[in-house]
Amino acid sequence: MIPLSGDFGNAKGIVREKLGSFETHRGTSTLKRGFAHMLKNGVVMDVTTVEQAQIAEDAGAVAVMVLDKLPSDVRKAGGVARTASIRVIEEIMDSVTIPVMAKCRIGHVYEAKVLGETDVDMIDESEVLTPADEFHHIWKWDFTTPFVNGARNLGEALRRIEEGAAMIRTKGEPGTGNVAEAVIHIKNVNTELRRIKSIYDAGDEQDLVSIARELKVSYSLVEETASLGRLPVVNFAAGGISTPADAAYLMTLGCDGVFVGSGIFKSEDAKERAQAVVLATTFWEDP
Amino acid sequence: MTGVNIGILAVQGDVAENLTATRMAMDELGVEGVVTEVKNPDQISDLDGLIIPGGESTVIGTLSLVNGSLKKIKEKIASGIPVLGTCAGMILLSKKAKDRVVGDMEQPLLDYLDIKIERNTFGRQKDSFEADVALEKIGVPKFRGVFIRAPSVIDAGKDVEILSKFNEKIVAVKQGNIIGTSFHPELTADLSIHKYFVNLVQKKN
Repeated sequence: MIPLSGDFGNAKGIVREKLGSFETHRGTSTLKRGFAHMLKNGVVMDVTTVEQAQIAEDAGAVAVMVLDKLPSDVRKAGGVARTASIRVIEEIMDSVTIPVMAKCRIGHVYEAKVLGETDVDMIDESEVLTPADEFHHIWKWDFTTPFVNGARNLGEALRRIEEGAAMIRTKGEPGTGNVAEAVIHIKNVNTELRRIKSIYDAGDEQDLVSIARELKVSYSLVEETASLGRLPVVNFAAGGISTPADAAYLMTLGCDGVFVGSGIFKSEDAKERAQAVVLATTFWEDP
Repeated sequence: MTGVNIGILAVQGDVAENLTATRMAMDELGVEGVVTEVKNPDQISDLDGLIIPGGESTVIGTLSLVNGSLKKIKEKIASGIPVLGTCAGMILLSKKAKDRVVGDMEQPLLDYLDIKIERNTFGRQKDSFEADVALEKIGVPKFRGVFIRAPSVIDAGKDVEILSKFNEKIVAVKQGNIIGTSFHPELTADLSIHKYFVNLVQKKN
């Protein structure tokens, strides 16, 4: 079981308020990570319009990710890629019942604040857009809205979790239609997880401390991850997934679900393709 | 096989959490039996009890329709097995659902609990909250409710017992052996509700 509590119990993103006769807490780790848990075994689809969002919902997508341009177009267009239009995000939120996510630039605290105020269900601090801060990511404990972050290896994943990410997507190359990079990175993460698990099982605390230093994260997070033998948050695969078989293959590697970007709405038969990817993700054990 | 056979509908959502909570509840109660993930009609037909987990109700419903699981679950409910639905699970067990913003929904439902659901009743994810609720009627005076984009019951028929309310909103119900909650008991360490369910399954068995 993935633990639902995280550090920073007094994070700024936690809101305490009285609703009627009830004391409530919002923005806790349980609620943020718990939200990600509800997406498990699902497909999150990239969309740019209301029409695409509705096709995604009908096909069985577990959430949609709103972008200005699909990743493959971002890749072609060059220039600076930013958060999608707030008007389009709001229109989509009003037309589908599934969660709506949107991307902000890495380190761009204000784009994230605007998305938080827009009331998106999850913010993706994403490398698909042009980074706004080359050195720092957003300190996500300050937000009530949960975040998902990309990672290519265990160190990146744990650093993002330590910054407050409630979910990780192990990423390939967005907008390429080539799943190879995603596969490499997921296998990397799995190998590293197996390594620290075996060190944990052997009781070698000294080695875990040196791994924490090497990965530049706290010892407690390394110890927790090592004891679980998996990331302490939900982990999806992302980037370059374009066919149902790609999605099913990534599920067999132990991912909790998949993000599909350009693969669906760049194809001729978006509706059928969207449904097929969902079916492959759900019933991957039984092709 | 000895003991009870409880299944967790494993189409989409927080299946593992329910599996763990149920197993721990059985261990603490000393109830013998198995808990398994179920996905297809054959697996469902052998069950003494079923849990429909949290997740996206549209996804779980649509996909259970595709492989015939939905029909099989309806048959099992008609035969009287206890079912616990949390959040999306409660939506699926209901007769009618609408969304707070989008309006009436045409999504596949099990059409059993005589209730009307309002989905996303408290708002979007930022409005998700934790609060202590009470379910006195099943002997649980205090329970940490984890409400994630939660639904509520806006209309309940005469056969429906109201187990819990959050202010004016109904957040837990029971009709016969079927229980629905707006919140996620599987996301807390408190096993009271899963224990109540396991007892229900054992009694029925």
